[in-house]
Amino acid sequence: MHGFCGRLLRDLVQVYEDVKKDSEMRIVKIGMAHGSGGRSTDRLIKDIFIKNLGNEVLNKLEDSAVLDMPWGRIAFATDSFVVKPLFFSGGDIGKLSVCGTVNDLLMAGAVPKYMTCAFIIEEGLEIELLDRIAHSMKEAAEESGVVIAAGDTKVIEGSGGLYINTSGLGIVEEGINISASGAKPGDAVLLSGSLGNHHASILSHRMGIKNNIKSDCAPLREMVSRLIAEDIRIRAMRDVTRGGLGTVLNEIAESSEVSIEIIEDKIKVDKEVRGFCDILGLDPLYMGNEGKLVCFTAREDAERALQLIKSSKYGDDAEIIGYVEQKDKVNVTLATRLGGKRIVDVLTGEGLPRIC
Amino acid sequence: MKSIYDVLKYLKEYEGQDIKIMEVCGTHTDSILKNGIRSLISDRIRLISGPGCPVCVTAAPYIDQACEIAGRERHAVYTFGDMMRVKGAEHSLSEVKSQGGRVEIIYSPLEVLDRAKKERATTHVMLAVGFETTAPVYGLLLQNCIEEKADNVKLFTSLKRIIPALENICGLDDISIDGFICPGHVSVTIGEKPYLALAEVYGKPFTISGFSAHHIIMAIYDLVCQISSGKAEVHNLYKSTVRANGNAKSRELIDRYFEAGTAVWRGIGEIKSSGLYLRKEYSDYGIICVSEPEKNESSGCMCGKVMTGGILPSECPMFGKTCKPEEPIGPCMVSAEGSCGIWYRYMRM
Repeated sequence: MHGFCGRLLRDLVQVYEDVKKDSEMRIVKIGMAHGSGGRSTDRLIKDIFIKNLGNEVLNKLEDSAVLDMPWGRIAFATDSFVVKPLFFSGGDIGKLSVCGTVNDLLMAGAVPKYMTCAFIIEEGLEIELLDRIAHSMKEAAEESGVVIAAGDTKVIEGSGGLYINTSGLGIVEEGINISASGAKPGDAVLLSGSLGNHHASILSHRMGIKNNIKSDCAPLREMVSRLIAEDIRIRAMRDVTRGGLGTVLNEIAESSEVSIEIIEDKIKVDKEVRGFCDILGLDPLYMGNEGKLVCFTAREDAERALQLIKSSKYGDDAEIIGYVEQKDKVNVTLATRLGGKRIVDVLTGEGLPRIC
Repeated sequence: MKSIYDVLKYLKEYEGQDIKIMEVCGTHTDSILKNGIRSLISDRIRLISGPGCPVCVTAAPYIDQACEIAGRERHAVYTFGDMMRVKGAEHSLSEVKSQGGRVEIIYSPLEVLDRAKKERATTHVMLAVGFETTAPVYGLLLQNCIEEKADNVKLFTSLKRIIPALENICGLDDISIDGFICPGHVSVTIGEKPYLALAEVYGKPFTISGFSAHHIIMAIYDLVCQISSGKAEVHNLYKSTVRANGNAKSRELIDRYFEAGTAVWRGIGEIKSSGLYLRKEYSDYGIICVSEPEKNESSGCMCGKVMTGGILPSECPMFGKTCKPEEPIGPCMVSAEGSCGIWYRYMRM
């Protein structure tokens, strides 16, 4: 009798567990309740965000994170991420949000320490996708050495979209003065790798074109920390994102009141990206990357800097691509493969597909 | 000549008669400037950008009507990207889109049919602009729409033919072009033959070229040699892609759905037989431009002179001052293939 009752009880418990799990699994999409601040919000925060991004600071779930920061110069950046599709070859919106924020801090020579992330989620987004995105962010944050200290969640009407806003804090150590206005005549210009990968990957997904192009979305912490640790005199540095290398170089030339000449032969574009651009009439000089930097160093430090970047993760294809000159009529010129010269202007409008 | 560098040396050191060569294709203009080819050749060899930019030569009333259609309820307008910023009399498609009009950029006209099948209650209008390169693709779109009975797709055409425009330029009194780099992509469709009559009648050489720096330099060299020795032949230096007889299937698509007629080229004026229009039996799939285009626009814009080789972009008094890529006045400054826009981006030295 006891044995029979025992087995019956065990079976009943198992049925209860199965029903509970089944009803939990039926909640697969974000709904307005998840943004209400009530139980659903609480579950979302714990089951997705704390599960993936949890740390000593975030786990306290206070209204503000209270941080111990050293007295000195703080780098402070903000960014928003609205990329579609949410997932692409080489990354997703989550990885992008961490790498983009961290790289912004690194470009000031800062050591990234903390960041925040605020999610604006359209109802209808599958929770499993949100879980994957949060997991990507965890991996990127670990690689970057950054702590996600605070977050927020809002749910709006829509059809499954997601937008992420971030801010980032880093420490700029004494003696580091990197600025867009810091380039000087004679400086060398280094590019850490090939152009256009991220932009081409996103466009490929949007247009349903199958290829092997992958986004180069990556945190550049190791690369930058090596340069700084080895006392490379970095005058200016930028990550080559929206607007591409052409736009970034023009901004630095304008800000530093110099002219820049770059060499076409030294600028790498992967063969498949080149082919993609040729078909659509896009110019890799104006296409965005998410894991490449351009830096201006004292001429004497250029070769050493090049080797340091090449020996870093994500720096295999680095090159010295040009030099800074006295201010001239034109901000940026390019010496072509055949020895000609052309102006590299800022991007005007969008990069648009042409009729023929 | 053993290598491209020998050819470049010849062209750089050329001291013969002054020569004007017209390149009739926006993509050639772009490539010449992107590769800095003008800086590699003698000043005695002058390269002039011709009217091979379909956006630049599209009449203003067409753009006005396209903007109006985009603002209508249950209408969607589809276009290639380089049409977006060109202004008609008042507005551009880009402005209309930002004010809520439905304008979508496509990479292939065939995308329009996919959209039309998903949204049956909407009229989907393809802005069918281009030359013989793109006309066959619009023909293919129409063919597919007929097969699938997608009567909610319309073509709003502004298609041009390049040979009548070349003939018009050859016949101008005040401009003397010595030779022509023929458009590579158009030649894929039409082949070599259409240029033979022009070479014979007007005594000018025509060289078909691809788009790489090497292709274009060899085409320039070929034309300089022909002009220097008094030849007027048609040479195809793009045989990998352009056949002597062109692409019969593409031409068959054009002939089946379109017929030639007079067209107005913005900045140039009326040219007989230079437009392609939907044949009457397919008029249900077409939209007609309701306004007569101005035969001679007079806003001070000199795009017409630029396009027919009368002046260099930098010789227009508005260039770089009141007319810039951020605030273009003429169509040549807007399109990615417009001579003035390209000149501004690459040659403003």
